[in-house]
Amino acid sequence: MTVLNAKHAARAAAASATGAAASMTSRRTFLKVSAVAGGGLLLQAVLKPLMQVAMADSTGAAAGGSTPLNAFIRIAPDGLVTIMSKNPEIGQGIKTMLPMVIAEELDVDWKNVRIEQAPLDAAKYGEQYAGGSTATPHNYDPLRRVGAAGRQMLVAAAAQTWNVAPSECRTQSGVVHHEKSGRSLTYGALASKAAGQPVPELDSVVLKDPKTFRIIGRPLPGIDNGKVVTGQPLFGIDVTVPGMLYAVFEKCPVFGGKVRSANVTALKTLSGVRDAFIVRASEANRNDDPQGLNDGVAIVAKTWWAANQARRKLEVTWDEGPTAAQSSEGFARNATGLAQGAPAAYLRRDGDVAASLRTAAHVVEAAYSYPFLAHITLEPQNCTARFREGKVVLWAPTQNPGPGAKLVAATLGIKESDVTVNMTRIGGGFGRRLRNDFMAEAAWISKQVGAPVKLLWNRQDDMQHDFYRPAGFHFFKGGLDPAGALVAFSDHFVTFGHDGQPVNSAQLTATEFPAQLVPNLEYGQSLMELGVPTGPLRAPRSNALAFAFQSFIDELAYQAGQDPVEFRLTLLGERRALVNDSGKPDALRDFDTGRMRDVLSRVAELSGWSQRHTLPARTAKGVAFYFSHLGYFAEVVQATVAPSGEIRLDQVWIVGDIGSQVINPSGAETQAQGAALDGLGAALGQAITIDRGRVVQANFDSVKPLRIDQAPPIEVHFLTTDHPPTGLGEPALPPVIPALCNAIFAATGKRIRNLPIDTQALKA
Amino acid sequence: MAYTIAVNGKTRRVDVDGDTPLLWVLRDELGLKGSKFGCGVGLCGACTVHVDGKAVRSCTLPISNVGSATIATIEGMAADPVGKRLQEAWMELDVPQCGYCQAGQIMSAGALLAKNPNPSDAQIDAAMTGNVCRCCTYIRIRAAIKKAALAGNGAAMVGRS
Repeated sequence: MTVLNAKHAARAAAASATGAAASMTSRRTFLKVSAVAGGGLLLQAVLKPLMQVAMADSTGAAAGGSTPLNAFIRIAPDGLVTIMSKNPEIGQGIKTMLPMVIAEELDVDWKNVRIEQAPLDAAKYGEQYAGGSTATPHNYDPLRRVGAAGRQMLVAAAAQTWNVAPSECRTQSGVVHHEKSGRSLTYGALASKAAGQPVPELDSVVLKDPKTFRIIGRPLPGIDNGKVVTGQPLFGIDVTVPGMLYAVFEKCPVFGGKVRSANVTALKTLSGVRDAFIVRASEANRNDDPQGLNDGVAIVAKTWWAANQARRKLEVTWDEGPTAAQSSEGFARNATGLAQGAPAAYLRRDGDVAASLRTAAHVVEAAYSYPFLAHITLEPQNCTARFREGKVVLWAPTQNPGPGAKLVAATLGIKESDVTVNMTRIGGGFGRRLRNDFMAEAAWISKQVGAPVKLLWNRQDDMQHDFYRPAGFHFFKGGLDPAGALVAFSDHFVTFGHDGQPVNSAQLTATEFPAQLVPNLEYGQSLMELGVPTGPLRAPRSNALAFAFQSFIDELAYQAGQDPVEFRLTLLGERRALVNDSGKPDALRDFDTGRMRDVLSRVAELSGWSQRHTLPARTAKGVAFYFSHLGYFAEVVQATVAPSGEIRLDQVWIVGDIGSQVINPSGAETQAQGAALDGLGAALGQAITIDRGRVVQANFDSVKPLRIDQAPPIEVHFLTTDHPPTGLGEPALPPVIPALCNAIFAATGKRIRNLPIDTQALKA
Repeated sequence: MAYTIAVNGKTRRVDVDGDTPLLWVLRDELGLKGSKFGCGVGLCGACTVHVDGKAVRSCTLPISNVGSATIATIEGMAADPVGKRLQEAWMELDVPQCGYCQAGQIMSAGALLAKNPNPSDAQIDAAMTGNVCRCCTYIRIRAAIKKAALAGNGAAMVGRS
């Protein structure tokens, strides 16, 4: 994702905050900017505009005789409450969780709530995207206020009806009561009168005492589970539009390659084929960030199978371009070469690392690497588009519909207001669908053939045309004093980039742990040119950095002769805030050593860490922690390494601190377990290899998702702390990989410094 | 060419090329979208259906090879006692995350329980290892199969007494 331009956002936010008179333009500008913000950056600035838009426009939610109270809530005469779900559902449980927050403060019974997926309409719903585990921190407070405002309007309507003071009324389960007179009215009976009440000032609405919550904090099952388990059409791939044709789209296997020629005339004569044509890359496409159209050949047919069969007869000559000279092997060789010299740039230099290493009692040096990774969403990329009379309607499984609409408008040369995006349920996101290349392709193909088109990629397309988690290389040095204290630490990070700027999701920041905790510390960086597109994968940056840093910290702990938990606690030191990479203190983004100490200590207790010496031979525990996406996680993995080198995952313990309130404990537990298993799967069986500028792997035989027989029991525990609630899609993932690698070391004495784990090297 | 197949207890007639996989016949000819496309080569299990009661990957089964076999899909599972119990267990334990693989998971679980009403963890793992859940809901899948098995055994006991 684009890095937030903080100055721009602050300016736009200020414009937006001038009140109701703020122009729609400035508000839109703000929303555009805030939609790409990660973490808790400018949290307060995000909240206010969402509340303003939520209450400003209530027209769109009206339907079926029910009355809209605001953009998110409408109430039918029979008391059924419909709540709009603003963000895309990718399996993170957002369609259940955010409406829970509104329903709680509205004070209705969950059984009377129906949930609808909102379409893309930032003017009504605020930012609408699924990424960065941001939905909870950005929406928890404002959506509570949206619900509370609705409740206040219903109370006002009842008080007016009875001619009593609103303060004499109370609500419960969708009914307003006046105790003194024993009267009561249902929300259904009050809805139309409530809609006419003045809109409350959201800053001052009365929120419930969390102790009285009846919905928030209750484990509730996913709202669409019934449809999922009976096979109802919910996903992008399930969309059907009258007169719809099916498309496949073949792109050059080498990134950035162009079509020289293709036998499209012959293809058009094949059974079921309606059209076949060459598509040309958008001018705007850059080689390292090919959003929008790539060169390729589109085949449109009566059925997807017919299009797929015709594709087998496709003969295309490619101009492969410069990326054909790149390979994973070459990158590794170049990285090792670059590590021999000084870094091209320093991100941080504290003290004097060289001098400190010269005088250290022990020096540890190690080179770590990790591969490119694909997202492998189980639902391959797809999109349905209907272009008609200069306007286009899309049904898109996208995590990021706003930029998708812009991309489609730019690709087709039409106004953004002529692009309508319907959000479907999504068969896995993991960050892949923050990019909307499939939307641009579907829209373009529909326009070319003059009919509605469902574009569906096959698995090979999906695996070979992703925005990959960038590979990376870390060359560490660490120095310990005679007492085993860490006195020097350096990383020469070799990654990819151009003109001093790392590619997407390859950034190392100057505040990466253990910065600010070691007196002599250096982070240097060297960049290699890359023609392979990169992008965020679940817990971007952190999913790689945690492995390298927390594994090397473990090496240092062993070299110091200390318990890996104790070594980490000593390193964390006293409870304090280490300033975040913006340099400006921010309670959420700063690294709170106390919060990390607490999750680490708790996971040690929970996992029986102190008894680990009683485990059988080649069975061991490993520990790691990581702070990302505003969440603090410490995890222990117990693994057994067979004499054959085969790894069995015995159990995982997760302790997280995501603040004062877990909104849906059922969803939270499964997110944490899923994130950990996702990380373990990647560490054990996944790599994308580049050879001659193209991806070698094509399906699940060579990129191996974790399977049920590998999945261990996972105990999840959340500490309740006095901090605002934060998100959970990502932060449980990063520490599990180093925790596993550290367990393998404890079990075998062999240090895993390269991913994926090579079990051959672990033979007894 | 025309084929007549039996799906969820109904006779359906389709006119498609003989090499068309059953998956695409179900999805795009019969409008049964519950069976999903994931890999196209039988590696992920998202397309799992029952063919004469056995769990089969419909993405690699050409329609010309279906013949007179009885096909059951996720859309027909509510009418099957084992299928119904699995669906209920899946909902009670809140198994789905994105949900894309879950139809295939339930079909594989259904075939397992039909021949082994009380599977061990190892037997569950062996029967379910062909079904990928990219969200990794495996812990709850295992628990839901056990819950459905227990409910089934309870029903059988009641039936006997």
